[in-house]
Amino acid sequence: MLPELSENDARTRIAKRIADELEDGALVNLGIGIPQLIPDFISGGRRIILQTENGVISAGPAKDRNDLRIIDAGGSPISVLPGGAFISSDLSFAIMRGGHVDATVLGALEVDQEGSLANWMIPNVRIPGMGGAMDIVTGAKKVYIATRHFSKNGSCKLVRKCTLPLTGRGVVDVIVTEYCVIRNDSGRMTITETAENVDVEDLLKSTPMELDVSKKICRMKF
Amino acid sequence: MAKPFIKPIISPEEAVSKVKNKTSLMIGGFNYGGAPYTIIDALCRAGTKDIDLICVDASHFNDKTPYPVGVANLIVNGQVRSMIASHIGLNKKAQELCTEGTIKIELIPMGTYVERIRAGGAGLGGILTPTGIDTVYEDGRDTIELDGRRYIIERPLRADVAFICAYKADEAGNLIYCGTGRNFNPIIATAADVVIAEVGEILPIGSIDPDNVVTPGIFIDALVLKGDNPYAART
Repeated sequence: MLPELSENDARTRIAKRIADELEDGALVNLGIGIPQLIPDFISGGRRIILQTENGVISAGPAKDRNDLRIIDAGGSPISVLPGGAFISSDLSFAIMRGGHVDATVLGALEVDQEGSLANWMIPNVRIPGMGGAMDIVTGAKKVYIATRHFSKNGSCKLVRKCTLPLTGRGVVDVIVTEYCVIRNDSGRMTITETAENVDVEDLLKSTPMELDVSKKICRMKF
Repeated sequence: MAKPFIKPIISPEEAVSKVKNKTSLMIGGFNYGGAPYTIIDALCRAGTKDIDLICVDASHFNDKTPYPVGVANLIVNGQVRSMIASHIGLNKKAQELCTEGTIKIELIPMGTYVERIRAGGAGLGGILTPTGIDTVYEDGRDTIELDGRRYIIERPLRADVAFICAYKADEAGNLIYCGTGRNFNPIIATAADVVIAEVGEILPIGSIDPDNVVTPGIFIDALVLKGDNPYAART
């Protein structure tokens, strides 16, 4: 049996684990949801540079909740940190598509064993439009997926093959859930870490995605 | 006809008189930021119909914001015939109208959206982008393989009229922006036959250091002063 975690504990664990991996000075683009928790867990004197696709380099927390002159892509007030910049959308997307973003962390509806990601639409239910999602997975040097292992209806988000429309094919490098870290090792999805009280056999049994187990598998630190 | 060196300062009503039925209209802004709220309000009052709108998103009209904001008003009022956008997820009505087919909305990746407009303003025949390859977005689109990588062929995008928004202008129409209000505005300024900028303030010529001009006045036909729309005041 996989241990049960509260929503909050699971989200915190995932965000902390990914935060731990981001390098000092990295230009990082965060999706909505769990990825937005990451800046709180950047420790050890590191500084990451957050890009928002609507035109901020070095985004920071809001100073005035009523001021909409500096917002993130979702419309929430933010600030620009010293050393940052405002840019136009052509440059912002050149940065994303052009390979200048060191890492992006995104949520998932489904992610599959070929590293394909579906996170932008559910046909006949939600048609929000892809926004910048397809551009960022096309151009980011490293694509992290921060997701709960199972969706709210209990189905595993880590599947053999995505059934929802793709955001990008074969784009995912690392998947972090509350139970494990999975890395795309030359096209093979490989478990490299498991969380405490998570048995690898249990994990494999409840995960439809075909997974290799790393010879150097270790405990997930968070 | 050349654009005047000193830009006329016109009313929002005069600005929207350039938009006739079946005009293609590009509007700047991203989410709340950098939208020409004052001109949009006037366009709502004018009631001009069958607009072919090009705007990156459909602004807000949802459970959290239960009233239409900015361009969302044009959509809710039934003034829009078609729309090219990238994200309409914060506007429930736009999604509804799109699903039932009342408005034809073409959703395209945001980086593709901006580069198509850039191509339109830069005299390019189109662009090649890897974004959307191997997704449903590729269906029905032309692709090309070049040096071992596949790209989608995208056409340039231009409009009859563009409404943009800037922080400040000088009398020659040189523009500077504030915060995330810059977004698509400088690119849209290059890609329409008539370009009108809504600004917070109009300064004497020479007040903006040429090194700091983001959009040169050569692109601008006329200026409109920002009015008292609450979102105009906060952005």
